[in-house]
Amino acid sequence: MRLLAAALSLVAFSATAEDVTTYQLDNGMDIVVIEDHRAPVVVHMLWYRAGSADEPVGSSGVAHYLEHLLFKATETVESGEFQRVVAANGGSDNAFTSYDYTGYFQRVAADRLPLMMQYEADRMNNLVLTEEDIVTERGVILEERNQRVENSPGALAREQMRAAQFLNHRYGVPIIGWKHEMEELDIEDALSFYDLYYSPNNAILVVAGDVEPDEVLALAEQYYGPIPSEQNLPERLRSQEPPQTAERRLVYEDPRVSQPYISRSYLAPERDAGDQRDAAALTYLADLLGGSSFTSVLPIALQFDANIAVYSGAFYDGLNLDDGTFGLTVVPADGVSLQDAEDAMDAAIAAFLEDGIDPARMEALRIQLRAGEIYARDDVGGIARRYGSALTSGLTVDDVQAWPDILQSVTAEEVLEVANRVLDRKQSVTGWVVPNREALQ
Amino acid sequence: MIRFAFAIVLSLTAMTASAQIEIQEITSPDGIDAWLVEEESIPFVALEIIFDGGATLDLPGKRGATNLMMALLEEGSGDLDARTFQEKRENLAASFGFSTGDDAVTVSAVFLVENQDEALALLRDALVNPRFDQSAIDRVRAQVLSGIRSDATNPNRIAGATLDALAFGDHPYGSSLDGTAESVAGLTQQDLFDAHRNALSTGRVYVGAAGDISADALGELVDELLGALPEDVPALPDRIDFDLSGGTTIVPFDTPQSVALFGHSGIERDDDDFFAAFILNEVMGGRGVESRLMREVREKRGLTYGVSTFLVPKDLSEMYLGQVASANDRIADAIAVIRDEWALMANEGLSQEELDDAKTYLTGAYPLRFDGNADIAGILAGMQSVGLSTDYVANRNDFINAVTLDDVNRVAAELLDPENLHFVVVGQPEGLTSTE
Repeated sequence: MRLLAAALSLVAFSATAEDVTTYQLDNGMDIVVIEDHRAPVVVHMLWYRAGSADEPVGSSGVAHYLEHLLFKATETVESGEFQRVVAANGGSDNAFTSYDYTGYFQRVAADRLPLMMQYEADRMNNLVLTEEDIVTERGVILEERNQRVENSPGALAREQMRAAQFLNHRYGVPIIGWKHEMEELDIEDALSFYDLYYSPNNAILVVAGDVEPDEVLALAEQYYGPIPSEQNLPERLRSQEPPQTAERRLVYEDPRVSQPYISRSYLAPERDAGDQRDAAALTYLADLLGGSSFTSVLPIALQFDANIAVYSGAFYDGLNLDDGTFGLTVVPADGVSLQDAEDAMDAAIAAFLEDGIDPARMEALRIQLRAGEIYARDDVGGIARRYGSALTSGLTVDDVQAWPDILQSVTAEEVLEVANRVLDRKQSVTGWVVPNREALQ
Repeated sequence: MIRFAFAIVLSLTAMTASAQIEIQEITSPDGIDAWLVEEESIPFVALEIIFDGGATLDLPGKRGATNLMMALLEEGSGDLDARTFQEKRENLAASFGFSTGDDAVTVSAVFLVENQDEALALLRDALVNPRFDQSAIDRVRAQVLSGIRSDATNPNRIAGATLDALAFGDHPYGSSLDGTAESVAGLTQQDLFDAHRNALSTGRVYVGAAGDISADALGELVDELLGALPEDVPALPDRIDFDLSGGTTIVPFDTPQSVALFGHSGIERDDDDFFAAFILNEVMGGRGVESRLMREVREKRGLTYGVSTFLVPKDLSEMYLGQVASANDRIADAIAVIRDEWALMANEGLSQEELDDAKTYLTGAYPLRFDGNADIAGILAGMQSVGLSTDYVANRNDFINAVTLDDVNRVAAELLDPENLHFVVVGQPEGLTSTE
């Protein structure tokens, strides 16, 4: 297998920096312009540094609820009009809410950019909600929760896992909200979140596609420039997790579970501004342990060397404002108990920490990450999302641009060091997801 | 998300080609056709290869063989076992996808220009010389069986399986292409070689490519990749009518939100009225403009997060389907609204304004679908598989614009069949009863 590495030396990658230009308006709004002139299309995204983890206690789900309500009327625009205008111009649009951000985007012909800005700027400040909007849209988000969560035992188990993992941080509360709190959300909850956070000094405009940066800046000054900044914008200080000193375990029972499985999460550092090496090392660690069904540690140990699992994987995403999680999942093979599967998973991790990392595996991952940068250039919307999610998660444009090089420079020693620090069961939650108690035998 | 990204893949790739692209039609030295969009700015190539036939070619008693066979193509070939094959692929930073549909199997690949020869040699081996090692069969079979078990308690999958069985019975369309636990457990290595022989042949292949590659190079590539496959093809099953009359079928399942799948027979992809039906669907339950169903069920009443409809022109039958999900105590209301809207549209059709809005959206959106090499390669192969020519891209918006209000309302009266609209509801719906 080693000789395969020889083929890699033929791979000569050219470093590629996207054409990125940044500005800041006088009112504090950040602007990122990414040029891609292959097609006469533009993606217009507005990101707010406000997500579910910024919500006041007791009104979980209000960030996402507000996202829905932003499609209602403003002082000068009818309910649903912006969507109709996007459609009438052949475009597509949507919006999304996460723990650390809320975002809105449209994808349209490049010459329709001013129209998108006109509407998006309008709804930053001029939303007019009615009691009827509040009631019907609350029905919609409750059905959304039904569809995504209540009807999915896996999603319900994940909620319990995160609630157990985060004792003190809002990451333990679901983005869509707890059902009993969603049912009580009202117009004041929505408007107070809106008035505080939907402000130019809390927003990042990302425009990507067939555009010239100076023209984007001129348009942004015209449409977003007049909106006053919010003077009372709070610093994003969330209550942080205390050191976890005791392993947490749970069993989630649901008769709709056909295939029992084990899920493990560890508290893990995220990408910090100017300090992304731990996160880069964790990115390798997830790939080494479970990124590939054929060459990673867990699948080899549990699916090839022994018939213990039908699936195993590892997960890490370093894009959060605060510490996040490193995750493992194992689905036991037929006839293998959850305990035996978990023991085999822990044994495989222990052996990995003991034996160290095959240099050929590190090199293969480095190559794949470099190639990933080439493939990523095919999707300018994806590049735009990188900037938006990073800039709403406490990172800077420099951090985003440094990330590929940091990934290339990570060493096996760094990966092992962070692995030994993070993969500590005392800082973990382990969930067994089963149809009933009998499945525990 | 304000709107759910429904995980429904329609066989309508032809509707999503781009007016921006310049398609080259090539024929390889050995006589295999392929379409190409050259795009030199990024040094990689995306390739999509569609072999018509798909899971309908499963032999009697061997349901699931084509699906298991395709899943095993990445599990070793020639003198490479599964792990060695994958290690080689990963080291080349190439990705290969092998998927199975009712009417076709699809091979997708993206690879870097700089190691394209090695990547293609590996892919060729996977297509031409699969090993089907018993150890790999056992491992992947266990994964498929695990998926079959999970589907048995997934309300959306239960709804789909129930509707398919009611509508198509013993025809391959009437059962899951994954097979059953019993049929998959019984598959042998020989069954997989048989499925491979039947599913992958150059007699029904369509190739699309996009990226940094010339027409000449693509021709050689296609011959190298596919030249060793057999040319003759097995017969397809017969066509089948969507054999289900109106009513409601409830599948009791203990879950808070009922999931409903509904539909009746549809319209063929090459019917002269297909564009009229396509516009009609956009107004009824499409996702570009705000549809009537979204307005009535969601925006006015808050009864659901999402309701949508879609034309499903398969190779051997046609359906017009929709789906909605509402809490158990609200699904009856949602269904009543949908039935009313179905009848209203059948009787009165749509307005000139609705038609104009839908046309504006559909024609405006068309050139924006140019969205990366992999998507374009998929569109090129998909267009060929439904029998379109390259000039369709230039003419497609004219076809849309040519549809008149009389056309679309005549088609509404013909296609929409409120009497025969059948709902499959999975959950514990209140205020609904099964009709049979």
